[in-house]
Amino acid sequence: MASLYHSRKRRNAIAMGLCVGATGIGLAWLFVILSTLLWNGAGGINLAVFTQMTPPPNVHGGGLLNAIVGSLIMTTIGIAIGAPIGLFAGTYMAEYGRYEKLTTVTRFINDILLSAPSIIIGLFIYGAVVVPMHGFSGIAGALALAVIVIPVVVRTTENMLLLVPQQLREAATGLGLPRSVVVQKVAYKAAKTGLITGLLLAVARISGETAPLLFTALSNQFWSIDLTREIANLPVTINNFINNPDPNWKRLAWAGALIITFAVLALNIAARAIGSRSATK
Amino acid sequence: MSEATLAPPAGGRTTTANRNMVLSSLRNGDRFFFWATRLSAWIVLLILGGIIGSLFVGAWPAIREFGIGFLTTQRWAPNAQPDPVLGGLGPIYGTLVSSLIAMVIAVPVGLGVAVFLTELCPQKLRQPISTAIELLAGIPSIIYGMWGFFVLGPFLAEYVEPALIATFEHVPVLNQIFKGPASNLSLFNASLVLAIMILPFITSISRDVFLTVPPVLKEAAYGVGCTTWEVVKNVVLPYTRVGVIGGIMLALGRALGETMAVTFVIGNSFKIQTSIFAPATTISAAIASEFAEASDVHQSALILLGLLLFVLTFIVLAAARLMLMRVEKKAGN
Amino acid sequence: MNAPTVNGGGSVAIQPPADTAARAVKVDIRKVDFFYGANKALKDISLPLHENEVTAFIGPSGCGKSTLLRVLNRMYDLYPNQRAEGEVLLDGENILSAKQDANLLRSKVGMVFQKPTPFPMTIFENIAFGIRLYDKPSKSELEGRVEDALRGAALWNEVKDKLHTSGLGLSGGQQQRLCIARTVAIQPEVILFDEPCSALDPISTAKVEELIDELSAKYTIAIVTHNMQQAARVSQYTAFMYLGELIEYGPTNKLFTTPSDKKTQDYITGRFG
Repeated sequence: MASLYHSRKRRNAIAMGLCVGATGIGLAWLFVILSTLLWNGAGGINLAVFTQMTPPPNVHGGGLLNAIVGSLIMTTIGIAIGAPIGLFAGTYMAEYGRYEKLTTVTRFINDILLSAPSIIIGLFIYGAVVVPMHGFSGIAGALALAVIVIPVVVRTTENMLLLVPQQLREAATGLGLPRSVVVQKVAYKAAKTGLITGLLLAVARISGETAPLLFTALSNQFWSIDLTREIANLPVTINNFINNPDPNWKRLAWAGALIITFAVLALNIAARAIGSRSATK
Repeated sequence: MSEATLAPPAGGRTTTANRNMVLSSLRNGDRFFFWATRLSAWIVLLILGGIIGSLFVGAWPAIREFGIGFLTTQRWAPNAQPDPVLGGLGPIYGTLVSSLIAMVIAVPVGLGVAVFLTELCPQKLRQPISTAIELLAGIPSIIYGMWGFFVLGPFLAEYVEPALIATFEHVPVLNQIFKGPASNLSLFNASLVLAIMILPFITSISRDVFLTVPPVLKEAAYGVGCTTWEVVKNVVLPYTRVGVIGGIMLALGRALGETMAVTFVIGNSFKIQTSIFAPATTISAAIASEFAEASDVHQSALILLGLLLFVLTFIVLAAARLMLMRVEKKAGN
Repeated sequence: MNAPTVNGGGSVAIQPPADTAARAVKVDIRKVDFFYGANKALKDISLPLHENEVTAFIGPSGCGKSTLLRVLNRMYDLYPNQRAEGEVLLDGENILSAKQDANLLRSKVGMVFQKPTPFPMTIFENIAFGIRLYDKPSKSELEGRVEDALRGAALWNEVKDKLHTSGLGLSGGQQQRLCIARTVAIQPEVILFDEPCSALDPISTAKVEELIDELSAKYTIAIVTHNMQQAARVSQYTAFMYLGELIEYGPTNKLFTTPSDKKTQDYITGRFG
């Protein structure tokens, strides 16, 4: 008996040890990746990175201003197009069509789009926008990002609105408020923090997206905010610079990588902080 | 019972007529909002239709040119004379194998972390550790690519790969799979980077489904003297099997389509080799590295690869969702 | 001239109001059936609600009393597969007809729910919100109407210094009175109370009951309650329902002292329920 007991205990200790080890490995990756970024990127960060244009190869100095601005523009447009569509679609699913077939199908398809390879989105926009417009453009890049934003926002909107107590809707309806007013003034308000969390996560998701921009927005060495032409952006610039032997380009690529990663992580953490604050309330 | 009592009580009431006017003025806005939301729900479906449609149109020239042989041809020679020869077998193989290896590595580790988080971890540390693991999912994939190229790749080529090659040198079959030379750019490196990237998905979904196990069940098992490991093995895992598999499939869907991280470290070779330390390519890596410069049937062949990838991930993700929906239903009841 | 009549419903014991000063019928429920999908939850219900009186609905859980209340402001419209048949006349007009604007109806028939449901906004906004929908009052007018509503719900003195803090910060009893104030502010004609005190402590309950009594001077009131003492305290008429049917309806004191149906007697003496 005693030996059986001991072997069971030993097996337990081994299994649990492996679980602890796995967690250690997981955390170690995060630590190693962030340290690599800091190690390679921190030295390259200076004021010029934020104030000067991307340099031609094999010269000193220069910055990432056009790439940063291009990314901001495309992200903003992507959100401006994608977020309302996502918000409305999620609203329909949670508020109007909760028991409809359309909702079940849309939810299913949306969940698949949520995890669909982003390069496929790039191919889609290439075929649907770049080819008809006869050229790469900032608007194509923004649309690709919008297509990525939509499922993220749909998912959070639906989930957050489903958490709003039905009683609150009934109370508002009981005052004679039309359905759209109930949704906009009461349900959205009750779900506000959750909706903001979803929006931040969507911004985080598209900020670092590279694959869908490779053949939609392409990139641009120069200052351009013309949305009908190629537009510089941070991820593709990093991709182009890091694969080049020029040490100055490499330096800027690491600096850009550091900026993007910390921006994305900050957005993620902010989203979580807002989300958990509302959860404890 | 006089007529007077039938009149509405006094006190400056808003009249019915007034209210009617206000409400009918809102009615148009109400209808607009309804249709705007309904249309948006349809847009989600239209996007799916658009993706399939545009991929199909783009891929059509390649389908016509190569037919079913595209799936069995390994040679990828866009500049061959007189006509380009393009076969998708290499990237298809690379996509499947790299994802498979990534799953073999990430599933045990991801489940281990989930067990740690739900069964072992002190309450206070649970949130910070889950957040840290989930932040791994937030890091943009190009960062993984750079890190894999500059840090992980050289490390693996220097220490890990030679050790594995030496270990299996005299074992039949395995010595073909773990065959030298060690390389910075290889299928194995790509798989490892993928494994790290999908770890958070496996962990967070497994943790969520582990939490759906009714405490009573676990308490009953602990009550008869089960160890933590026995409870996990005999209660938690059987109870959550479907959900865990769903989570794994979801992660697989991610791995199949991951682009930038793989593009950096896989070496972009269309040739299929038995050694996992040899360079290879995946569908997404092939598209990412060649699409912008491709034209005509070469471009169409890349789109056809994209279509195949989309169909593949669609099937995997749909299966994952169906499984997770079953879990949700069970948890709901 | 239009003495309250209860139509049909063979098993219903009709109790003409003993007191001859019975008021006019504000709401006349006539042969109402209600369905959740194929499941019939109300069977041939007919009874009147008298103007400026409180009518209580009692009965064991699942007897359909809350369902009946939700017919009166067509709250069931929110859900597919729920439908009502029959007629409910409000001032002589059938509110179940398709022509009736449900929102207009709800502005006339307010509802207070089981659990307090303050909106996630300030106390002031909770009340001003509904007023603004129907009128465009000036700032001072709006403030006046908010104050009136809060006074009407006996809440003004407790919240006048924190009007611009969240309504969620109030105690449960205060929240429930805030919801009453919100309903009153719309100036309805009928107010429906769906177990308004079931989530409240005894002191808050007493305050709400007192309030209901005061409100009956201006409004026609229907209250669903599982508490028979409460029904006896606040109502002038009581309806006892059981398994979707109206078993007995009549003046409260009559129904509680000399019920004419055996089931009613069993219920009010606590033999089941």
